[in-house]
Amino acid sequence: MSDLMHLPWLTIVTFLPTAGALLILLARVLARGVEPGYDAAVRVLTLIFTIATFLVSLVAFAAFDSNAPGFQLVENVAWAFGFGYHLGVDSLSMTLILLTTFLTPLCILASWSIQKQVASYMILFLILETLMIGVFCAMDLVLFYLFFEGGLIPMFILIGVWGGQRRVYAAFKFFLYTLLGSILMLVAIVAMINIAHTSSIPDLIAYAQHVGFDPNVQIWLWLAFFASFAVKLPMWPVHTWLPDAHVEAPTAASVVLAAILLKMGGYGFLRFSLPMFPSASHFFTPMVFALSVIAIIWASLVAFRQADMKKLIAYSSVAHMGFVTLGIFSGTLQGIQGGIYQMLSHGIISGALFLCVGVVYDRMHTREIAFYGGLVNRMPVYAAVFMLFTMGNVGLPGTSGFPGEILSLVGAFQVNAWFVVAATTGVIFSAVYALTLYRKVALGNIENPKLGGILDLDGREWVTFVPLIVATLIMGLAPSIVLHFTEGAAQSIATAYAGGVTP
Amino acid sequence: MQFSPEVLIVLGPLFAAAFAGLLQRYIGDRIAQIITTASIGVSLALSWPIFLNFVWGDAHPYLIELFKFIDVGGFTSTWSVRIDSLSATMLVVVTTVSFLVHVYSWGYMAEDPHRARFFSYLSFFTFAMLALVTANDLLQLFFGWEGVGVASYLLIGFWYQKRSANDAAIKAFITNRVGDFGFALGIMLAFFCYHSIRYEDVFSAAAAHPNLMFGIGAFQVRAVEAVSFLLFIGAMGKSAQFFLHVWLPDAMEGPTPVSALIHAATMVTAGVFMVCRCGELFQLAPMAAGFVTVIGATTALFAATVGVAQNDIKRVVAYSTCSQLGYMFFAAGVGAYNAAMFHLFTHAFFKALLFLGAGSVIHGLHHEQDMRNMGGVRKPMPITWAMMIIGTLALIGFGIPAIGPFPGLGLAGFYSKDAIIESAFLSNGTGAQFAFWCGVSAAFLTSFYSWRLAFMTFEGAYRGSHGADHAHGHGKEGTAEPDAHSHGHGYEAHAKADGSAPAHESPWVMLVPLVVLAAGAVFAGIIFAPYFLGVHAEAFWRGVVPLHGEHEGALPTWVTWAPLTVTVAGFLLAVIFYLWNTGAAKALAKGPLWAFLYNKWYFDEIYDFIFVKGARAIGDLFWKVGDQKIIDGLGPDGVAASSRFFSRNLRKLQTGFVYHYSFLMLIAAVAFGAYAIWAGIGAPR
Repeated sequence: MSDLMHLPWLTIVTFLPTAGALLILLARVLARGVEPGYDAAVRVLTLIFTIATFLVSLVAFAAFDSNAPGFQLVENVAWAFGFGYHLGVDSLSMTLILLTTFLTPLCILASWSIQKQVASYMILFLILETLMIGVFCAMDLVLFYLFFEGGLIPMFILIGVWGGQRRVYAAFKFFLYTLLGSILMLVAIVAMINIAHTSSIPDLIAYAQHVGFDPNVQIWLWLAFFASFAVKLPMWPVHTWLPDAHVEAPTAASVVLAAILLKMGGYGFLRFSLPMFPSASHFFTPMVFALSVIAIIWASLVAFRQADMKKLIAYSSVAHMGFVTLGIFSGTLQGIQGGIYQMLSHGIISGALFLCVGVVYDRMHTREIAFYGGLVNRMPVYAAVFMLFTMGNVGLPGTSGFPGEILSLVGAFQVNAWFVVAATTGVIFSAVYALTLYRKVALGNIENPKLGGILDLDGREWVTFVPLIVATLIMGLAPSIVLHFTEGAAQSIATAYAGGVTP
Repeated sequence: MQFSPEVLIVLGPLFAAAFAGLLQRYIGDRIAQIITTASIGVSLALSWPIFLNFVWGDAHPYLIELFKFIDVGGFTSTWSVRIDSLSATMLVVVTTVSFLVHVYSWGYMAEDPHRARFFSYLSFFTFAMLALVTANDLLQLFFGWEGVGVASYLLIGFWYQKRSANDAAIKAFITNRVGDFGFALGIMLAFFCYHSIRYEDVFSAAAAHPNLMFGIGAFQVRAVEAVSFLLFIGAMGKSAQFFLHVWLPDAMEGPTPVSALIHAATMVTAGVFMVCRCGELFQLAPMAAGFVTVIGATTALFAATVGVAQNDIKRVVAYSTCSQLGYMFFAAGVGAYNAAMFHLFTHAFFKALLFLGAGSVIHGLHHEQDMRNMGGVRKPMPITWAMMIIGTLALIGFGIPAIGPFPGLGLAGFYSKDAIIESAFLSNGTGAQFAFWCGVSAAFLTSFYSWRLAFMTFEGAYRGSHGADHAHGHGKEGTAEPDAHSHGHGYEAHAKADGSAPAHESPWVMLVPLVVLAAGAVFAGIIFAPYFLGVHAEAFWRGVVPLHGEHEGALPTWVTWAPLTVTVAGFLLAVIFYLWNTGAAKALAKGPLWAFLYNKWYFDEIYDFIFVKGARAIGDLFWKVGDQKIIDGLGPDGVAASSRFFSRNLRKLQTGFVYHYSFLMLIAAVAFGAYAIWAGIGAPR
């Protein structure tokens, strides 16, 4: 067993999908042209690799000791230019890795209906998975940056090639927004390495705790990182790329975008902003709170008015991320735990909602809300599944949507009650847009004759949803399981933040 | 983690609901009905001994903890079953009414193709309600609170083809969420001030630091006032109190058994339960308690005035519920928590009875709900009629007050309602006298609209035109007149020769629950009054709710007799208008006051204008102006447009001559070098 523990599990988890991608590429080169059954084989192969990645991540999870402090499963190899190939995880990154590896096979299942250039699509997806996992286990700033930015490229191509009608506009908007933020972050990374003479994230955290970046410098570094993470999350007012990207993206890309790519922003705040620039974080808390509250109210009201299902859910994501930033920047244990929980829950619920849209999109090729109506008559199982995730989106206790929301608010309340009063109106607005959407799509009679022959969930779709349903309910009824696991990371972030705020 | 009968009471209905709901395709309606009804029956059988042990035995409060729900830095909630006289009372109310409603639904829903789903929802509701009442901390209370909310949403919208049902369901959920906004903030504030959300911790911390202040800057209030106030906002939503009452009448779109269980006997009383549960907080918060009193009293009177003018039989009963909840709240507001709980207890029986009776009439008349199309129903439905009259007498609180050595004697509502009115009179709390007068006036109106309902439904000649046309409005869109012209034709052709309605008595599976509830409506008061209110109250409550026993004796005779007097007056007025001189009723219904009442004081119209249209307008503004014009216009699209502009002009620089380029490069290099020197880049550190 001890030998097993010393295998480089993080590297295996990270690059297993890439190995799958290479295999597909190799097969393609060897096959020299498209043979019958080739696409089907590629799909199955991709599914196998993503499931294997999930299983390996479970092994890494088993090897992880949630009671031990600091980063674990560390791999550190000297690499080019003094930067390290340095991987490691704490309980925060471990949960996000699990979220990624858990959702990716479901995305592959949801991509079964893709017909255009299947191999390229799957290769991109596998590479994307590697890059996403890499972000969460990179322990070197430069490595982190490479993974963080690298993820842009496959997503850009996925939207730009497999997307809807305005895919090119959406892809460029997505790319430019995120790249702009990232360039500022790169400058900040260079500056940090210059100041602290290390690019190792654990060392930087230790440096911030024991020496500390100069408060004036912190302000600039914080802002540079904020530019990148705020776009990624996204926060108001840099959120408008998200609805466009979601609307045009193929279903599975939407799922990944909402469920995982957005979480990189929250992860960045927790990994860098709070522990490394505590005094700047404290200084900017009112601004972040204000932006969060605006995001919650603004995005909810805009979501209410959308005519496109995906756009509605995309705006609801913006509102939900408002709770994340509210919780994180409270700096309290409840807030940080709530922020983490909200990210995980949103990953599952918004992912599932995009899959719900995908189900009817695959059948009818439109996301227009007005096109649908009365689906429950023909698709009772689908309607029940959609109901559950709608309630999750509303933050109903008993679903995973609730604990994160309430903990974020409880945490923020201790810092500034007035912002929380405004933010809590979100519980009303979320019910307004989510239930209205549900009524328009699922309830009533079937008025549109084109829906007369629509079929309920098939076996593949059912298999896709079951894990998400189970996760939503378990995380809703026994959140203490996850909260207990993430407490170590949340506590150390809260401690680092508190230590830096009051010198 | 331990397993016990108490846990089974709560979780049994959940498992039954899951079983019936998930496997409905495989097990069929019949088995789904049996499983759910049986599980509620088990809960019922286990609950009564617990309750009676508090009444006649010497049970002490106890607590069963299952596992931690959330535990983050002191913000701790544990799945619990807390048993004391308060939760035991709720256990028997919930399981009894729920069981009877399950049985009744076997008959009422017999024709419905989605029975399994219906029973699954009913049982899920029962689970959530039981989890609510057995909570030991504010978060589990909130869990149950939202759980019953979603069950209510699902059941109001049970007939999902009906647009009006779906709209009513959403309205109910969202209005409740407005209340939950306050509730959630109350939880946060309680944790912020008292560092815990467990009942005992919160109550003892509040008692230990009654003058703890909360606020920012100039805005400072006593924390306990703020917590109580915020929690009560939640109660206002759930219990349909003034301002947040608008969802309850619309909730009548759901099947009638649902109205009886959720929107009369149990869920809507959750707010009253919550205020009583947190009585130790409201005790310390005179301002918040005064607010409870005023809102409760206003609701009691307001809802009664609206109930007078409604034509839909279920809406009359719905407004009556709203009004009776108002009584319970102002009782709690003046500190008579035991009277509030007792009224909750008795009200559950007679209001469920009235709803199920109304359902029986609706069933007998083939889904006719408009009282203008009824009349003459007594003869074909004698048992339903008798049960409804018992329910009416219990609701109006009929009874003879104590005279000298003779104790008072009456139906269930008499004991609880008179106790509430008297408590309000004796209290010197904020708004108590206002509440007293509202209570007396509402008692008059209650009697009037109850008898109006009874007479319009059961007496006189049948006015309906069954099967002729169903294009008439169902109260909501109809005119304000009690006798719509469109129904004038043809009723003689459909009514029987003696003027009685072409109705049929309901099957026994529906009538037996009525009889059981009627027994409760008759005897619940006389049996349990000594324990909730009277000599045994101390022993029964055991300090779970604060008691104020010192009121006895100071009551003037006229106060004791006031309720009976106004009740009889209301009865006589109803007799005049709806039995003797029906022409006067029609004339009355043409007046502007009637229209004002019929349209519920125009609350829906005002809310629609402010909130619904407001939200749409602001949503559009944020989206089309904020996101598209300003953010995108100045941001990416603006950049794109300007870069197109620049690229067009910069293209002119691309002359194709190499020396132009090299010249530009030289300039750039010099500029960059100058900047580097100036900024000190590359200089040794």
